[in-house]
Amino acid sequence: MKYRTKAGLAGVAALALLLSACGGNSGSAGGVIASGTAAAGSATSAAGSAVSSATSAASSAASSATGSAGGSATGSAAAGDSALLTKAEGGSLIVGIKYDQPGLGLKNPDGSFSGFDVEVAKYVAEKLGVPESGIEFKESKSAERENLIDRGEVDYIVATYSITDARKEKVNFAGPYFVAHQDLLVKADNADITGPDSLDGKILCSVTGSTPAQKVKDNYSATVALQEFGTYTECVEALRTGVVDAVTTDDVILAGYAAQYPGELKLVGSGFSDENYGIGLAKGDDAGTTAINDAIQAMIDDGSWAAALESTVGPSGYTIPTPPTPGS
Amino acid sequence: MDFSFLSDPRYDILGAFWMTIQLTFFSAIGALVLGTVLAAMRVSPVPVLRGFATVYVNIVRNIPLTVVIIMMYFVLFSQLGLRVAERTPGVNPQGYLDTTNFRLAVIGFILYTATFVAEAIRSGINTVPPGQAEAARAIGLRFTQVLGLIILPQAFRAVIAPLASVLIALIKNTTIASAIGVAEASVIIVTGIEFNPDQITAIFLVVALGFIVLTLPTGLLLGALAKKMAVKR
Repeated sequence: MKYRTKAGLAGVAALALLLSACGGNSGSAGGVIASGTAAAGSATSAAGSAVSSATSAASSAASSATGSAGGSATGSAAAGDSALLTKAEGGSLIVGIKYDQPGLGLKNPDGSFSGFDVEVAKYVAEKLGVPESGIEFKESKSAERENLIDRGEVDYIVATYSITDARKEKVNFAGPYFVAHQDLLVKADNADITGPDSLDGKILCSVTGSTPAQKVKDNYSATVALQEFGTYTECVEALRTGVVDAVTTDDVILAGYAAQYPGELKLVGSGFSDENYGIGLAKGDDAGTTAINDAIQAMIDDGSWAAALESTVGPSGYTIPTPPTPGS
Repeated sequence: MDFSFLSDPRYDILGAFWMTIQLTFFSAIGALVLGTVLAAMRVSPVPVLRGFATVYVNIVRNIPLTVVIIMMYFVLFSQLGLRVAERTPGVNPQGYLDTTNFRLAVIGFILYTATFVAEAIRSGINTVPPGQAEAARAIGLRFTQVLGLIILPQAFRAVIAPLASVLIALIKNTTIASAIGVAEASVIIVTGIEFNPDQITAIFLVVALGFIVLTLPTGLLLGALAKKMAVKR
């Protein structure tokens, strides 16, 4: 009971302080704090942190105001009708990436992010006038991507997001910024799987509800068996213990896994079908789409595109392809 | 709302719900048997059996079901090499795979659901007045006879309603089987998000409706049965 009274008082004190910080009437607030402190020791620290957070919020608001006053040329051009560009002018963006895709979008144990998608996301943000410190990354799993954009929880998504007609009904796509090809991952000592048409009677693994495995069954090997899991990591695990014979999805994704287990797994390397990776953003935001397309083109032109690929998926032995034409 | 996905051959909605029903059917029977055995062990006079059942129930029911099902595949099957179906090279690999996944999922559901069944039955055993067991022992019945002839028949009649809740939970829990590749009802949603993100609300509605069609009558039927069978004391 005693504790509750104390906590309650501390809450009142903190609230009063917060209100007064906004109002600027420091005189009366001082009295409340003093009584709060007398009643409960813990009130001091709570009130103290409220002050500091209020101050920092105020100063960051001020700095971002000056920042946008200086504003980047890209941002201010058509910001009026583009939610993305308006947000970018504010100096911060929320970007959706994958957290579990080695070489493309990966959250490292120390909390940092790495991968080609991350590099593209950073470059695009910078072109929109947002520095790396203003980017907040948010995990966007395949199944949630459209909804995240729809609800405005992310400003754009760079997460091995293939451009398809059905998805275009829900979101806008900038890009493609990369063209991947479907491929197969097998054990390094496997010699009898040479391509999608040599899989008859074998077990092929892919992610539940995804297109790649079904494509193999429909177009290449009619009697291949399809094992589906929630993630590719589980497929790779099943491949290593030998209960599935091959894993299929885009070559650049598989290359990341092959690099994790060098000498144990290999890419078959007979890429079939094209997957155009796009950057997804809010439906109807055409000014934003154009701005991102320009950013991707700039990234390709100034060599950062190839450099980013080289440093992220390059180590897995993946050959850097010729860049695509964004906006095509 | 756009329901055109219903005519798309990629969505085998009846097949998916049939799979859900099959998973539920085999798992429910298995869980009832194993659950009864576990409940009997928990009230048995043998300390080792009692201890084992207590430890088993308290460990397994506290593991998330997704973990149990994934463990069935990646530990029991993949690592420890438990084979639940015969693989003939080159012959119907899809059939072998489907059978394996289905059986692994059912084993997982049985192991998990049995703990809840056991606890329900044990609470039913507690509703039987102790005098009945004492009287049964007094006329010379052994423990198995006391349990099988006197206690359990009364206990079961008392726990039909809680067992109905366990069954409804099991029906919905079978959606976890897709984690190891069993194509039950929840796969419709995953497929829908991939191929028809524009119709996702309609897809959700259809799947939700399908589950209500399965669960609501189950609840009503077993509820009525519970009323009818209850032992009036």
